[in-house]
Amino acid sequence: MADNPETPLLDELEKGPWPSFVKEIKQAAQTSPMARGLLGQLEQSYREKIGHWKHGGIVGVMGYGGGVIGRYSDLPGKFPEVAHFHTMRINHPAAWFYTSEALRKLCDIWERHGSGLTNMHGSTGDIIFLGTTTEHLEPVFAELTEAGFDLGGSGSDMRTPSCCIGPARCEWACYDTLALTYDLTMQYQDELHRPAFPYKFKFKMAGCPIDCVACIARADMSIIGTWRDDIQVDQDAVRQYAKGGLDVDKDVCQNCPTRCMEWNGKKLTIDNDNCVKCMHCIRTMTKALRPGKDRGATILLGSKAPIVEGALLSSVLVPFMKLEPPYEELKDLIEKIWDFWGEHGKNRERVGELIQRVGLGNFLEAIEVEPQPEMVAHPRENPYVFYEEYYEEEGEEEGEKPSDQ
Amino acid sequence: MTTGTAQPKRKTDIGPPQYQKFLPPMVKANYGKWKYHEILRPGVMVHVAESGDKLFTVRAGSPRLVSIQTIRLFADLADKYCGGFLRFTSRHNVEFLLTDESKIDPLIHDLRQAGFPVGGLGNSITSIIHTQGWVHCHSAATDASGIVKCVMDDLFEHFTTLKLPGKIRIALACCLNMCGAVHCSDIAILGVHRRPPRVQDENLNRICEIPNVVASCPTAAIRPATKNGRPTVEIEESLCMFCANCYTVCPSLPLNDPLNDGVSIWVGGKVSNCISEPRFSKLAIPFLPNNPPRWPEVVQAVRGIVEVWAKHARKFERMGDFIDRIGWPRFFQMTGIEFTKQHIDDFKHAGLTYKRSAHLRRR
Repeated sequence: MADNPETPLLDELEKGPWPSFVKEIKQAAQTSPMARGLLGQLEQSYREKIGHWKHGGIVGVMGYGGGVIGRYSDLPGKFPEVAHFHTMRINHPAAWFYTSEALRKLCDIWERHGSGLTNMHGSTGDIIFLGTTTEHLEPVFAELTEAGFDLGGSGSDMRTPSCCIGPARCEWACYDTLALTYDLTMQYQDELHRPAFPYKFKFKMAGCPIDCVACIARADMSIIGTWRDDIQVDQDAVRQYAKGGLDVDKDVCQNCPTRCMEWNGKKLTIDNDNCVKCMHCIRTMTKALRPGKDRGATILLGSKAPIVEGALLSSVLVPFMKLEPPYEELKDLIEKIWDFWGEHGKNRERVGELIQRVGLGNFLEAIEVEPQPEMVAHPRENPYVFYEEYYEEEGEEEGEKPSDQ
Repeated sequence: MTTGTAQPKRKTDIGPPQYQKFLPPMVKANYGKWKYHEILRPGVMVHVAESGDKLFTVRAGSPRLVSIQTIRLFADLADKYCGGFLRFTSRHNVEFLLTDESKIDPLIHDLRQAGFPVGGLGNSITSIIHTQGWVHCHSAATDASGIVKCVMDDLFEHFTTLKLPGKIRIALACCLNMCGAVHCSDIAILGVHRRPPRVQDENLNRICEIPNVVASCPTAAIRPATKNGRPTVEIEESLCMFCANCYTVCPSLPLNDPLNDGVSIWVGGKVSNCISEPRFSKLAIPFLPNNPPRWPEVVQAVRGIVEVWAKHARKFERMGDFIDRIGWPRFFQMTGIEFTKQHIDDFKHAGLTYKRSAHLRRR
């Protein structure tokens, strides 16, 4: 096996207490020529302060349009090992639970067919296999499916849905994030593997408003667990927290965004009508407070990073929806959104940008959702209000007539 | 259907493994029936179920870019301590779930021996969400893994301790595409280009669809043109804000440039609904140079911001809430960061970010 290239700059990143990605690449390079090529090319990037990867080309596995991102070196003569260095996205199991056996199978496949380097995990949530050549794509795919895994999304398709740990290990999960993630992933396999949308569409499921998967910032549809009855309170446990030194008034009540709670030294009183489910009191007194029992989710729509028209946060579409299998109400909503977006979305226009362009009011009309005050921070401030119709005197001939119905 | 030789049927559209087969027995038994949790010490927490079962979690940091050798090491540790089960978090940490409290210390010992620190829970600085950078991306304005390594080396004590007033989430994206939610982070490190694309006239028309290229520009800075008889595009440079969307649709418009690429720092964003609403990060430092391999300017800038917040924020106060309380002028004063023209928005709805009241603190 050849020696690793000289990497004086990268070697500096083996120093220090945080785990080093350079050590990881060198470890892979013990058996993988591709990882060795990567070391050489990356050292050159560090020297020149510029990347050396070209744009992706169209590569993939038969019958799929997503899941593989083509990647080529712009220095193929100097680093032939990474001339082709494609990424494969592997759909991760919900909430990223694994058995050691499943992980070893993945490692063995990637040892046979790729660089031996991965991301656990990529930003979308997938397992990322970093670096292989076109002729290995089909063999990797065959062995993955044999091991029970499939590719994730890329390009203008439904991206791999992902979720927080949910009811698997969290007392705040207001719906089964893992079950919904798996259900949507299986229901929409075609949308996941065969890009047919104007642009990407991401689902992320957060079990509570703390939003451990950052869905409100990056998922086109952000599904955030919530409840609509009262916070469950164990007054004895609240008193225990007070006895233990927690300043219930200052640390809990005074931090409540709607000041909907009071502590008189003996009893915590909550005005649940004004609770906005921010979770602060619950996360501060985990033993004393729990979300209510009538649980479901708020469905928000439209978030994205800046490209093209600027970053957006998702905004409320459905203030509360029960989420139980088979999730018909949710799927009906999803499909209406996809239909409208598919018909009216421009190339590379995310659904959030489409809503900005056509207006939320018109969008709601198209997907047959009634406007509700929960959808806005406040009603409009500007007086330029559109009306589609107007009345006219009898006998007038021009202008659009009021509807007869 | 009749064919000569029987081919094994090609499996497609099978989706991911059903998650239930990867859940540890105690998780399965108490699924949806957890009662409360507590952080016991840095990187260790316990979840208590209504049944009384206790599940201990040990969280370790990882570089995200991991070799199969490291994954096998994690698998071995899962076999040794956790019945062969483990999981990863949304911020690239690895979590080991134990039912036997006495195995926590030996596991932590093994993890540390292998170079993986335990921490990142509660009021600590957990792993930095980041992107591919020069390791694997064509549009990177900086490296991702390298800066993350340097910043985490510097802030390491905050991964393994619980001394901070509240949560602070750091994220890095190596260009404005932002693979990851860096735009809503307490501190975001963002790679930026500063030179308009250089048009490769000789091959643009062969590789790219000119109408798509023209349409891709959010400021309409790109026009069709003809040079030496070849169809191409020209760029009104004064309108370019370096978003690189044109490069994404057309490889003949590269923006990457060692002299002008670098890093910007953004602060005060969050995704959690806790106390205050989710919000975007705001610009703190428009530009710092790419200075590999250790990016000292970036490391120092992040540390400076963390230290001001850690010293002055109230209990539970996130960066954005802290800045709301003290005001932006004081934030710039306390951090010693210069306020410049670049800090003032000039894209759509910029006026909404101007100060539209006389509520000003004294300086």
